[in-house]
Amino acid sequence: MSNKKLPKQVDRRYIYLILLIGVAVPLLIPIGFISEVSELTLKVYEMVESTPENAVVMISFDYDPSTGTELQPMAKALIEHAFKKNQRIIAVALWPQGVQMAELAFADILEKYPEKNYGIDYVNLGFKSGGMVTIQAMGRNFKEVFPTDTKGIPVGEHAMLDNVRTLKQLGYIVSLSAGDPGLKGYIMTAHDMYGVKVSGGCTAVSTPGFLPYVNDQNQLYGLLGGLKGAAEYESLLDVKGTATSGMDSQSIAHLLIIAFIVMGNVRARKIRQLSKED
Amino acid sequence: MKRFLPLLITFIVGIIVLSSEFIPHKPFSSINEVLENWFLIIAGFAIILGQLSLLRVNSIRVSEKTENWQYYLAGLISFAVMLLCGVLWGTQDTAGLLGNGERIVANLGIKPFEYLFVNLYQHLSATMFALLAFFIASAAYRAFIVRSFESTLLMIAAVIVMLGRTSVGTSMTAWLPQNLKFMHLPNIADFIMNYPNNAAQRAILISSALGIVGSSLRILLGIERSYLGGKD
Repeated sequence: MSNKKLPKQVDRRYIYLILLIGVAVPLLIPIGFISEVSELTLKVYEMVESTPENAVVMISFDYDPSTGTELQPMAKALIEHAFKKNQRIIAVALWPQGVQMAELAFADILEKYPEKNYGIDYVNLGFKSGGMVTIQAMGRNFKEVFPTDTKGIPVGEHAMLDNVRTLKQLGYIVSLSAGDPGLKGYIMTAHDMYGVKVSGGCTAVSTPGFLPYVNDQNQLYGLLGGLKGAAEYESLLDVKGTATSGMDSQSIAHLLIIAFIVMGNVRARKIRQLSKED
Repeated sequence: MKRFLPLLITFIVGIIVLSSEFIPHKPFSSINEVLENWFLIIAGFAIILGQLSLLRVNSIRVSEKTENWQYYLAGLISFAVMLLCGVLWGTQDTAGLLGNGERIVANLGIKPFEYLFVNLYQHLSATMFALLAFFIASAAYRAFIVRSFESTLLMIAAVIVMLGRTSVGTSMTAWLPQNLKFMHLPNIADFIMNYPNNAAQRAILISSALGIVGSSLRILLGIERSYLGGKD
């Protein structure tokens, strides 16, 4: 073996460079791959679709900008869908930066729906620490947990919240979750304790962990998994958002990773063969 | 007494909360409600405690000039700038100590806190997360090597799920006729996720739940005391 040349390890900088090009090029020149809509996404869509007009619904922004690439398109799509259906949205956050993410998402969608008014069609109640206990407390008395909104206006002054005393009065809850606290807390508390319809969106990496909750008991009413889930939801709404354009890049990145796995295995096989010959 | 009192409080509070789950009537339900409110207040203070701890740890590292102390200084400066912007000019519709900073808003378009959040923090944070993709690509090349039957199985499943979760996977098998729809890559990926993956996830969930029950009982009964600090 000492006389034979071992296959060289590829310099990791080349791998980084190839991946960078692979991700950047489709963003500049979109390929336009088509996504099939999964049943999980369809279930979320149908939940929003079947909720009556004027119902008060809740979107919980349980993430920060780091996972915004995957979760922010979901937030925008869900807000747009709820606005289309004339549902009224309560935004809350179990993560401190979720408040700003909510503001940004609403600001984007309001450009399309300028007729929607704060306090009538949507309200941002802001961040509350405490995770699952906060959800439990909301199930008991909503206004006790959020006495004012992010503007400092008492929630009692918002007409859309007149009939919302506890979580039970909500049409559905969607938690866009990047970890804990988040979706799991809503499943265990809002659904399992108070029987509210709970759905959610999460990063692709945490999707497998939530799938057991999508069951016959509808503990989780569908799930948007990662950028693909967001892109599928956009396609259902017939909207070309950032998730749809990002899917080309993600697809190429996945293909490159598979190619790297193959290359790594070819190299390992060669090394094994050389050591056997010796 | 220093140890006995916290252990006693833990035991009593734990038993009340536990009992209220099984007996959702007074007095357990009302005591539980009060305890939940206390928790929310304490959780609020925990954030302040966290910030103070962050300041203390970073300040010590800067003052002692430990390795890479410049990064800790950058962290402290960033913390101070965001804090000052929020306190002086407020966030969103809430005014700060100096009001709403109309002059600054006229220049920047939004309040300084929001400006920094949207133009700086948001991108830096996303960049840090995005770096993972590069590490995963490099790690895939080095570590995802077929060595046994199990690792081969793992790799095949990973490749199918990876392809199935992308638009490329959809395009690759889109030509298959409808009666072979189950052979579409996204459908095979869904099968792997819904059956083998779900079975494993459920097993993990059940065993971790049993583990939580066990460790909670140990804490309630005072066997596990590491949360109190110290050696025993």
